[in-house]
Amino acid sequence: MNGILTLAFKLLVNDRAKYAALLVGITFAVFLMIEMTSLFAGILTRSSATVINIGASIWVMDPAIQTVANSIPLPDYVLDEVRSIPGVKYAVPLYSGAALLKLHNGTFQAANVVGLDDSSLFGRPVLLSGNIDDIYGENGFIAVKDSEFYKLLNPTIGTEFELNDHRGVIVGIAHVAASGLFGVPTLYTTYGRALQYIPNTRFTITYLLVEPKTLADVPMIKQQVASAGYLALTKDEFVQKISNFYKYKTGIGTNMLIMTVISFIIGLSISGQTFYTFVIENIEKFGALKAIGAKGRELMFMILFQAAFVSLTGYGMGVGLCALIIWLARLYLPDYAAMVTFSNLGLAFVMVVVIAAISSYVGVRKVLTIEPFDIFRG
Amino acid sequence: MSRTAIEAIGLNKWFGDGASRTHAVKDVKFEARFGEILYVVGPSGSGKTTMLSMISGILRPNSGSVKIEGTEIWGLSNDALAEFRLHKIGFVFQDFHLFPRLTTAENVAIPLILQKRNWDEALKEAVVDLEVVGLKDRTQLPPVKLSGGEQQRVAIARAIVSRPDILILDEPTASLDGDTGRNIVSFVRQHILTDQRCIVIVTHDSRIYEFADRIVKMEDGKLMDVAKENLDAQ
Repeated sequence: MNGILTLAFKLLVNDRAKYAALLVGITFAVFLMIEMTSLFAGILTRSSATVINIGASIWVMDPAIQTVANSIPLPDYVLDEVRSIPGVKYAVPLYSGAALLKLHNGTFQAANVVGLDDSSLFGRPVLLSGNIDDIYGENGFIAVKDSEFYKLLNPTIGTEFELNDHRGVIVGIAHVAASGLFGVPTLYTTYGRALQYIPNTRFTITYLLVEPKTLADVPMIKQQVASAGYLALTKDEFVQKISNFYKYKTGIGTNMLIMTVISFIIGLSISGQTFYTFVIENIEKFGALKAIGAKGRELMFMILFQAAFVSLTGYGMGVGLCALIIWLARLYLPDYAAMVTFSNLGLAFVMVVVIAAISSYVGVRKVLTIEPFDIFRG
Repeated sequence: MSRTAIEAIGLNKWFGDGASRTHAVKDVKFEARFGEILYVVGPSGSGKTTMLSMISGILRPNSGSVKIEGTEIWGLSNDALAEFRLHKIGFVFQDFHLFPRLTTAENVAIPLILQKRNWDEALKEAVVDLEVVGLKDRTQLPPVKLSGGEQQRVAIARAIVSRPDILILDEPTASLDGDTGRNIVSFVRQHILTDQRCIVIVTHDSRIYEFADRIVKMEDGKLMDVAKENLDAQ
């Protein structure tokens, strides 16, 4: 069969114009599909940045919460109630809210302020510079060095700013796993200082962070929290809830899905038509091969091989192009949210296989129906 | 008298049904022998191509029998018949049907490739046959760079590369000018025909009748033996 595959390969690649058209079509389709789904994956990851960065096992919240950004403050007694649940190792409050900073050059910059439990600093970020204990010092804040860091005018330890007429000082620079979605820098401080500096409503706890004694305690904790009228979600469940919100309740997911489907249709149209033309142009030659003695399944195998080869090559080029574009975009746009995941790659691969299958199906049908007698008849 | 290569008896073929039914080949008896060049002549639409297709295992007759070297070919399965054609019959098509994106050597090697021969080995053998047809220096060119006569020679090389016992040439001079056509058939007569090979040529071209050993004529679906002299006179 190797000789037949070589023959199929040469027939494909020697027709350079069509081979290039097929590659361009599939590469472009794969690029668009991966780009779209990567953007979506990037948005979803960033939308859950706080949950990922804090890393608590269980999050307790108001049942109406849709995303981590839209908080509904909890009364203080909920903290006591959760702490009293058997199976809870510890529970701490978390503050997360927006603030307007006045930077040292006089400009204003919106920021997200995360207030960590004063006693445990549970959920604290990894420091790149500075000492975590300095967060307890006067006016101490830790700046997160992510893609939004430059909006704070690239502060260093000791840089000062104003928050609601309070003085703030950067005492540490931290690294976190994921940047936020909304393009604002993040500052960490203590829970107490966050409440002191930022105007608040009657209730102040944004979330309760809970650590169970064992994994087996999680269902019971969730049940007890639910009976109190609140919602307890594991980290993964909360990320999924946020993801579902953006997918199904914002239109972002639908738009991305539509763009992905359009990319698929474009790829299918270009490669399907080109492949069909390629087969049609060679149809008499395939008929001649049949007359000479080629079997139908051998011709089918040749066409499937050609479709598979061009599809996989186009897939590889599409993935490469997408990675290149994302890399280039990040050089100039640090906020660029695209993130290539195995799921993106898998989805694009499946779609490319479908494109190859449909394109080759049309060609195979045509080749199988050509009669060698038609070649003689002219 | 030489051995019988092809023997067909009671061949019938019709197309369509009812009022639109056309009886293309009517109760034909046909025989071709090794060591001869047999011409099938006749006007357009007389059924030559249909008969040729049936005796070469390409078109299934409605009735009748075709034996090639004693094998009833229409009793074979489709795959076995394809395999039989691949090893026993060489075809030269009217329009050559060479792949324009392959070199002449690769085109010639195709029957060997279909026989599952190694690619490089097949190419080596193809070059040998291109040498036989006088195109040794054209092996790496694509067919479109060759003249009509050269393309016909490539098609002949492709037809003989698997050493078939039977060679079928469909209108081999139709796409060529007079001199080139004569040269091609003369070449076939001198270099391709052997005692172990039977060559059947379908043609309209009276200028090449001189190279035939025997001529049969199709007319209105029926086959008859004719003397060369009679056709020359026509």
